[in-house]
Amino acid sequence: MQTHHDTLHGLLEHSAARRPAHTAVEDPERNNAVSYGDFNANADRLSEALRRIGVTGGDRVGIYVPKSIASITAVFGILKSGGAYVPVDPGAPPRRNAFIFQDCAVKGIVVANDLIEGLKAEFDDTYTLSVDPLSFLDGFALPVSLVRVVKSGEQPAQPSIANLSYILYTSGSTGKPKGVIHTHASALSFVRWTSDTVAFTEDDRFSSHAPFHFDLSILDIYVPMQHGATLILIGEDLGKTPARLGPMAAERKITVWYSTPSILRLLVEYGNLDQHDFSAMRVVFFAGEVFPIKHLKSLLEKWPHPVYYNLYGPTETNVCTYYKLPPTIPEDQVDPFPIGPVCENDRALVVDLDDQAVAPGAEGELLITGGSVMQGYWNLPERSAEAYFVDAEGTRWYHTGDIVREAAGGVFIFVGRRDRMVKRNGYRVELGEIEAALYRHPAVTEAAVVATPNAENGTIIKAFLSWSDGKPRGMIEMKKFCADNLPKYMIPDRFSSQPSLPKTSTDKINYQALKELD
Amino acid sequence: MAANIQQAHIEEITEPVKRFILDTFLPGEDPSALEFDTPLISGGIIDSISTLKLVTFLEEEFDIQVQANEMNSDNLDTLEEITSFVLSKK
Repeated sequence: MQTHHDTLHGLLEHSAARRPAHTAVEDPERNNAVSYGDFNANADRLSEALRRIGVTGGDRVGIYVPKSIASITAVFGILKSGGAYVPVDPGAPPRRNAFIFQDCAVKGIVVANDLIEGLKAEFDDTYTLSVDPLSFLDGFALPVSLVRVVKSGEQPAQPSIANLSYILYTSGSTGKPKGVIHTHASALSFVRWTSDTVAFTEDDRFSSHAPFHFDLSILDIYVPMQHGATLILIGEDLGKTPARLGPMAAERKITVWYSTPSILRLLVEYGNLDQHDFSAMRVVFFAGEVFPIKHLKSLLEKWPHPVYYNLYGPTETNVCTYYKLPPTIPEDQVDPFPIGPVCENDRALVVDLDDQAVAPGAEGELLITGGSVMQGYWNLPERSAEAYFVDAEGTRWYHTGDIVREAAGGVFIFVGRRDRMVKRNGYRVELGEIEAALYRHPAVTEAAVVATPNAENGTIIKAFLSWSDGKPRGMIEMKKFCADNLPKYMIPDRFSSQPSLPKTSTDKINYQALKELD
Repeated sequence: MAANIQQAHIEEITEPVKRFILDTFLPGEDPSALEFDTPLISGGIIDSISTLKLVTFLEEEFDIQVQANEMNSDNLDTLEEITSFVLSKK
């Protein structure tokens, strides 16, 4: 039998029983908030509405709502009904979102009212969609409805996953998004690890910067609930407007911040951090990409007091390694910090292309097994099987696709993405290493390097750069700079200056878009 | 008079070489940024494969023969060196 200790929504129920009047969630953009007691009661009402349309254990329910108290109520309402939530990017094309909902055969979708028509247009006439307003959530200034989805005819078989809690769709290399399956157990393993590693209290005020379809949101949503702390929702617009985001974080006295390095860099540059009081900020987590050391140094100048953690882990594993930064960064440090040792709830292995362990200290792919690892990809048995290496004892190790080497004390150094290794003139080139060198140029604000196949040379390496003073540097200057910092075979063939580099909906550099630029 | 003939020779060599380097290895670059003494090999503008391309161009354009042991940054690192090298082969 499940108890509140075994489920994600149990974290909320436990805190609601203990501190019903304490503020659970604040929405600065709509200027509203909800107490633990009311939040839990609203989630209960939503779970009843879901049960009425037949949602039961393991059923998928979509969330297609901009970040708001309504959208986080949907998260917990769906979990309470026994269902698993499938959040999508409200800014993505309705066609992509409809693909995701159809791919995992949702029984219902919680949708913002103004998005319903666009979504309906993407379902053909084998589907019947019926809309029921969830008017008990109207007080939160974002009207939402429950859309029941019924498909006529034969139903394709769907996987049955015990204790399914959510599916996060990530972009797939085939062009179709693939759904990463997590259970209550795998998410709780990560949530509890976080709480065991960093001390939190009910007075903490957590940022929720990441959108709910991005895995960084798992820490944001559940860790505060476990501690009866307060979560401050940062919506899509506010999250990308540093001139408002910085003042908001100060005004709302956020104590625990979590975002990508890209957002922290924008905050340093445009957030007017000097003009506000951030003395409440005590923990800063970052994850999702490498934090160039020069931008990290600028951040520490603005926010010297918090403890910083570099968290690492693909959506498939949750966070699986972590590195606590020293209080100051050595003056002469140019390399990014390590991704750190493996989290205590997981185990790590570094292997070669044949899944054989490499010699200690040698480069290889990082494999992860343990409590926080996914169950596989939804409806993609072959892709799921390829994702793991199964050892002689039958343990499934997830292939992260990241190349690391192990330094002293079990600390892993990130070398690069396996799929960002290219061969050029017979040499193996890690594109991330070129980016790291470009960041050493004093005027470079952003650097991204892509490789494209080329009939004549095999590989053409293109660097895309943005500049702190907006003045593009010429190829001769940049080639000379690279020649001073990199082996010859790693010098890019082309340099392209951009006002700023394109980003994905999760605020990482959009390499696909760069490949399409010329 | 002799100096003028020499000068004319230099430009006949330098200009096509400069245009070739700009078109082939530095598309989009401001032509004035490529100076007589800009380091090409040590400055990362041409790598070993590009050096082969440059040499092929020099051989065809100026009808000269370049030996393998001459293809190095002592002879080919700047427009100035390339020009002297080609003149010495004439």
